[in-house]
Amino acid sequence: MSLLSVRNLQVLFAGEHGEFAAVDDVSFDLAPGEVLGIVGESGSGKSVTALSIMGLLPRPPARVARGSIVFEGEDLLRYGERDLRRIRGPGIGMIFQEPMTSLNPVFTIGDQLMETVRVHERAGQKRQRDRAVEMLDKVGIAGAERRLDDYPHQLSGGMRQRVMIAMALICNPRLLIADEPTTALDVTIQQQILELLLDLREEFRMAIMIITHNMGVVAETADRVIVMYAGRLVEQAPVDGLFARPAHPYTRGLLDSIPKLSDERERLKTIPGTLPNPASVPPGCRFEPRCAWRVGACAAAVPPLAAIAAGHDSACIRHRELPVQ
Amino acid sequence: MAEAVATLDPQASVAAAAPRRSPRWATLRRLLRHRSFQTGLVLFAIILVAALFAPMITPSDPTKLAMRARFKPPSWDFLFGTDNLGRSQLSRVVYGAQLSLMIGTAVVVINAVFGTLIGSLSGYFRRLDNMLMRINDAIMAFPAILLAIGVAAVLGRSMPNMILALSIVYIPRTARIVRSSVIVIRQMEYVQAAVAAGAGHWRILRRHILPNSMAPLLVQLSFLFAYAVLTEATLSFLGLGAEPPTPTWGNIMAEGRQYMREAPWIIAIPGAALAITVMALNLLGDGLRDILDPRLRIQQ
Amino acid sequence: MGRVILNRVLGSIPVILIVTLITFGLMRAIPGDVSAALGGVSSTLAERELIRKNLGLDQPWYVQLTKWYAGLARGDLGRSIFLGKDVTQATFERLPVTVSLSIYALVLTLIFGMVSGVLAALRQNSWVDQAAMMFAMIGVSMPNFWLGLMMIVLFSVQLGWLPTGGYIPFTQDPIGWLRSATMPAISLALLQIGLLARITRSTMLEVLRQDYIRTARAKGLPNYLVVGKHALANTMIPVVTVIGIIVSLLISGAVVTESVFSIPGVGQLLTSAILNRDYPMIQGGLLFVTMLLVGINILVDVAYAWLDPRVRYEGG
Repeated sequence: MSLLSVRNLQVLFAGEHGEFAAVDDVSFDLAPGEVLGIVGESGSGKSVTALSIMGLLPRPPARVARGSIVFEGEDLLRYGERDLRRIRGPGIGMIFQEPMTSLNPVFTIGDQLMETVRVHERAGQKRQRDRAVEMLDKVGIAGAERRLDDYPHQLSGGMRQRVMIAMALICNPRLLIADEPTTALDVTIQQQILELLLDLREEFRMAIMIITHNMGVVAETADRVIVMYAGRLVEQAPVDGLFARPAHPYTRGLLDSIPKLSDERERLKTIPGTLPNPASVPPGCRFEPRCAWRVGACAAAVPPLAAIAAGHDSACIRHRELPVQ
Repeated sequence: MAEAVATLDPQASVAAAAPRRSPRWATLRRLLRHRSFQTGLVLFAIILVAALFAPMITPSDPTKLAMRARFKPPSWDFLFGTDNLGRSQLSRVVYGAQLSLMIGTAVVVINAVFGTLIGSLSGYFRRLDNMLMRINDAIMAFPAILLAIGVAAVLGRSMPNMILALSIVYIPRTARIVRSSVIVIRQMEYVQAAVAAGAGHWRILRRHILPNSMAPLLVQLSFLFAYAVLTEATLSFLGLGAEPPTPTWGNIMAEGRQYMREAPWIIAIPGAALAITVMALNLLGDGLRDILDPRLRIQQ
Repeated sequence: MGRVILNRVLGSIPVILIVTLITFGLMRAIPGDVSAALGGVSSTLAERELIRKNLGLDQPWYVQLTKWYAGLARGDLGRSIFLGKDVTQATFERLPVTVSLSIYALVLTLIFGMVSGVLAALRQNSWVDQAAMMFAMIGVSMPNFWLGLMMIVLFSVQLGWLPTGGYIPFTQDPIGWLRSATMPAISLALLQIGLLARITRSTMLEVLRQDYIRTARAKGLPNYLVVGKHALANTMIPVVTVIGIIVSLLISGAVVTESVFSIPGVGQLLTSAILNRDYPMIQGGLLFVTMLLVGINILVDVAYAWLDPRVRYEGG
């Protein structure tokens, strides 16, 4: 049984010219303990998907128009604010891209850690404190006891992201959503944070949903990958399958844009064009205007997600014709 | 309120606004669609038209006495009633509007000139900055109305003295706003490029810096107009404005105080006119700020 | 923290020097013969000479300036011509009245300004927001002396609920104080309430958009903690900085309000000094009030530094 099951999710945003779908007909599953990577450019709908799961979409302008988000057998979209609050923290934890601004500057990190325990569990002051120290210790912050009284501005970016992780995990969630957790960090720190996340997955036996635009991060961490483009899911596959045989032109474009150490002289490839304006998306495949393999049928109808191998789906009608790399 | 504007930090807004210069008509159209701006414009237009065409719309000379028509409440004959000397309140309030707007305009013009001058000198030539800003800080340390009272009391009652007193109080506040935007723009790349290309100080100030620091100044000036009108009326109410029988909103109310029981309209009407004028200018300022300088919203 | 305070105090010294210099210059800016103005048209030359001598105006400016600063060092702000007392003494006698009125108005400002600003931000674009902002706009636009007069007409003259003016000290009769001070405090506070409501609302809206608010929600905190703790604490920081401005406006406003309600405070002392051309009193009173404000602003900055840990822990 899957831990999280998203079905036909559609999220609409009110714009200047009426509503447009930031996420359209997205379905996927996540097994307990699995690491799922969600990749796509900014604006592809990956963060909106994550915020829908948490029930944290800014409303207005956003609203979930259709679909279901079933977490441990319960549809979160049917939950009211009170029930959602019980899920956030002990059920699903979340960390964000900007560790510099994601912690409240006027409270100590100890206070911010302890209040999470306080609202979800009956725990005395002493126990809250012990938990906070224990978590800081686990995320690799030296001298955790002393660090409790520090304010966020006294810590470096990498340290703050560690604190964010400690805070997201302090109530032992079954799922951690990490939205671009390393994007804002130095390269050396990125590596440490990713390793930390994988170590903690073992220890806490939780699933991780890691959202990124960086294929390298996916390759290192994920068991399975979802590729999103302009609000739609275009490909999903186990990570090895995706890298071995990408079955959507967009995925190929993403993979080609990773710099490779082997052939230095080759120019880095980029995908020509930009994301379609969300208010006027192409009627057929949304990638069609930028696609090198497009044919007339691509613009005619939205291509369905079709299985091409075990656990490997692609939304490209010409996936069979794509040359093997 | 004046002090509040002085603490504005237009840095972010200037940085955001400077590179993109939207076509003027588009900005004007957005202004005209802004609800506060519309309301302010209509209210201000009414007061302005009344003041400009005062002799045509008033029934009689504002100083003309009519002892038989004393303390007449508002009616069709006397739209705003009459005062203790039988003078038409409509005439007095309309002529009061003329005076208020004249003083307000004068203060705004003087501030625009000297505030820009001091602010840009201070922001551009850093050696002058320290001295000019210490003086600025000192003037701004005085509570606005109290300093205006002090200056006006010392200089004596007259319209030019009133304008002078209000200008002394408000120029530092304007200069400070111009200065902050000049400092930000000075650091921007296109200005640095002009410096590197060997453009002279005046050319840089005139061509690059001043045009781009106009948005916060314009917002400030519309609020300043409001404070100038309000402060003038206050000083005039305290007996520091133009001498009676010249009607000002402030002195009409000061005179009307003793007849508050029997003729409350004598104070009610000029006060309402004053409140409407100030509100119109504040609404215009809000609109200008929202459209020209969206990042300034934090402050009043 | 200690360094913040020290810097702030040292930084205000040049300002204080220039403030005292400006006030000194004020007396010398009086056009024409001061003694003639003070003595009246009928005064004799000998009388005028005496007035000049009493004011020290017969001496060269540098002697006057030295005496002015020597006096200030002793806390001597000059002597009121009309009251025949030291300015310092006269001001201190009236100060408690103005302070109690200002505190009352400040309390009203903080309560109504912050509450309406926070509510408006939480219900952005709702009728609550629109009503609060319309009220705030009226507040910042309405002349406080006119509001005072209109309240007197309504509540004192027409309805007879409250006295038309005068002042009863709190220590003498708390209920009487409340009756005599409520209308003045409201008319004094309205402008600041409007101002604070607008600032609180926009600050709060800005804070609610911050990442750490999203973090707080993602942790599953109930709304009252997200808003009442995380958002409010951050909203307070910029709001504290405007308290200095608010106090300055209160003191400016008190001058006029005290005149409207015949309250014997510092404001009325100054207004009667204006009418009596009591120049030393105007000069000294202005300086006194300004120095008071400089002090209050230092306190506000210290409070700000204390509230914001990013400043508090700067350099230990």
